[in-house]
Amino acid sequence: MKYLKNVVTLQYDSTKCTGCGRCLEVCPHRVFQPEGKKVKIADRDACMECGACARNCAFDAIEVTEGVGCAAAVIIGFFTGTEPTCG
Amino acid sequence: MASTCCGGTTTVGRRAKQSNCCGEDSKNEKSSSCCGQDVETDVSAIAHDPAVFEHPYVIGNIATPVGDIPQVATKLSFADTLGSWKCRWSIGRMNYMVDPGLYAVGQPDETSPVLVTANYKMTFDRLREQLDGLNLWILVLDTDGVNVWCAAGKGTFGTDELVRRVSAVRLSDVVSHRTLILPQLGAVGVAAHEVTKQTKFRVVYGPVRAKDVPAFLVNGMQTTEEMRTVRFTFRDRAVLTPMELVGAMTPILITFGILFILNAVGFGHYGWVDLYGILGAIFVGAVLTPMLLPWVPGRAFSLKGAILGLVWAVGFLLLNGFPDPAFGWLKAVAYFLLLPALSSFLTMNFTGSSTYTSLSGVDREMRFAVPAQLSTAVVSILLLLVSDAILTFGGKLV
Repeated sequence: MKYLKNVVTLQYDSTKCTGCGRCLEVCPHRVFQPEGKKVKIADRDACMECGACARNCAFDAIEVTEGVGCAAAVIIGFFTGTEPTCG
Repeated sequence: MASTCCGGTTTVGRRAKQSNCCGEDSKNEKSSSCCGQDVETDVSAIAHDPAVFEHPYVIGNIATPVGDIPQVATKLSFADTLGSWKCRWSIGRMNYMVDPGLYAVGQPDETSPVLVTANYKMTFDRLREQLDGLNLWILVLDTDGVNVWCAAGKGTFGTDELVRRVSAVRLSDVVSHRTLILPQLGAVGVAAHEVTKQTKFRVVYGPVRAKDVPAFLVNGMQTTEEMRTVRFTFRDRAVLTPMELVGAMTPILITFGILFILNAVGFGHYGWVDLYGILGAIFVGAVLTPMLLPWVPGRAFSLKGAILGLVWAVGFLLLNGFPDPAFGWLKAVAYFLLLPALSSFLTMNFTGSSTYTSLSGVDREMRFAVPAQLSTAVVSILLLLVSDAILTFGGKLV
């Protein structure tokens, strides 16, 4: 199952990447794949912006605006004026 | 009260004075305490509340240098199964938790692996039922009774809580190794390198699903790509739909209350047909579309819901005599608009239960979907009111 195309905020900076492979380990949707001694974004649209890769990258090579893909959370956030958050 | 390694504990308030290892409370020989620990230790931080040993899933205790650790069953009881079922129907779901702290499975020793999990009771049960025959420790973090993934998203299953809990249970006195096994989805809240920096424990991310834990351990703590990938199977989706229905219950009851009042004051003309029309759209949006998710066209959830909602709306009109609808054309048009909008909204809300939607994506689809749903709903409600007004004041429906 794939969600919308070309929407995610995932950014990867290969110059900071050391090829430790932590992102491959934590991504729940196989967004990254090894490429040479580093990684590449192989399936960008599969990203759900959970933020696990960025949080576990000790070298700040990955950036993503982390959030929950939850309509109810967006609605609650809209009415309370806060960040979208689950219940 | 949990005892120390030698069983001699005197408790003063929440603080315990630990005896030395030979069971004699020697006031002067601080250094002789068996574990090399300070004489005074904050018990509230280390040990479980004694009540924890009373829980039905605690079947024994394992003596460790930091006290008795509750040993948990790996077979679920009827009460555990019933508890999970109730949660699926949103009964007591927000308060279904176990006490945070360290637990034992089997007969673990200082070399046994440590699995970290959340204190949602269903999560805890899903984990322990997979661990039959294994000897290991389970470190339960305080996530307010929320599962690993959601708690990690909120940050309660996070670096800070993990660091705090590792030190609170004095894990480094219980095990000789320095490895923590975290569920992979906990990575959303935990920065492995930070944990290592602060606790000296190395973090290994285990499989997503508890059922893969035994294979992961046999495999030398290596996950396969399959173990690391989140799925969203038919069964995964099906178990979540009752909660969607329960969530929709309050607005449903309010709506039917309003229709009932309109009828009672002599303005409304609603009956069985309206009831099943609306309930049908709710079922389509909250249950059917989520279950059929991969096979319904479109990527946006609101679109998927609208499509099946439209199918239901057409079916509903055909059932009611279309092209000569029994309830008149105004109502026919109203339901043609309202039912898909309702299904669309409910399926859109299923994004929160899904395992693959991003916030950016949800944001994008809502920009279009919410105005569409709202305006469609408003127009259809106006049409229903006009239809009612015509009937009430003796007009004829076209």
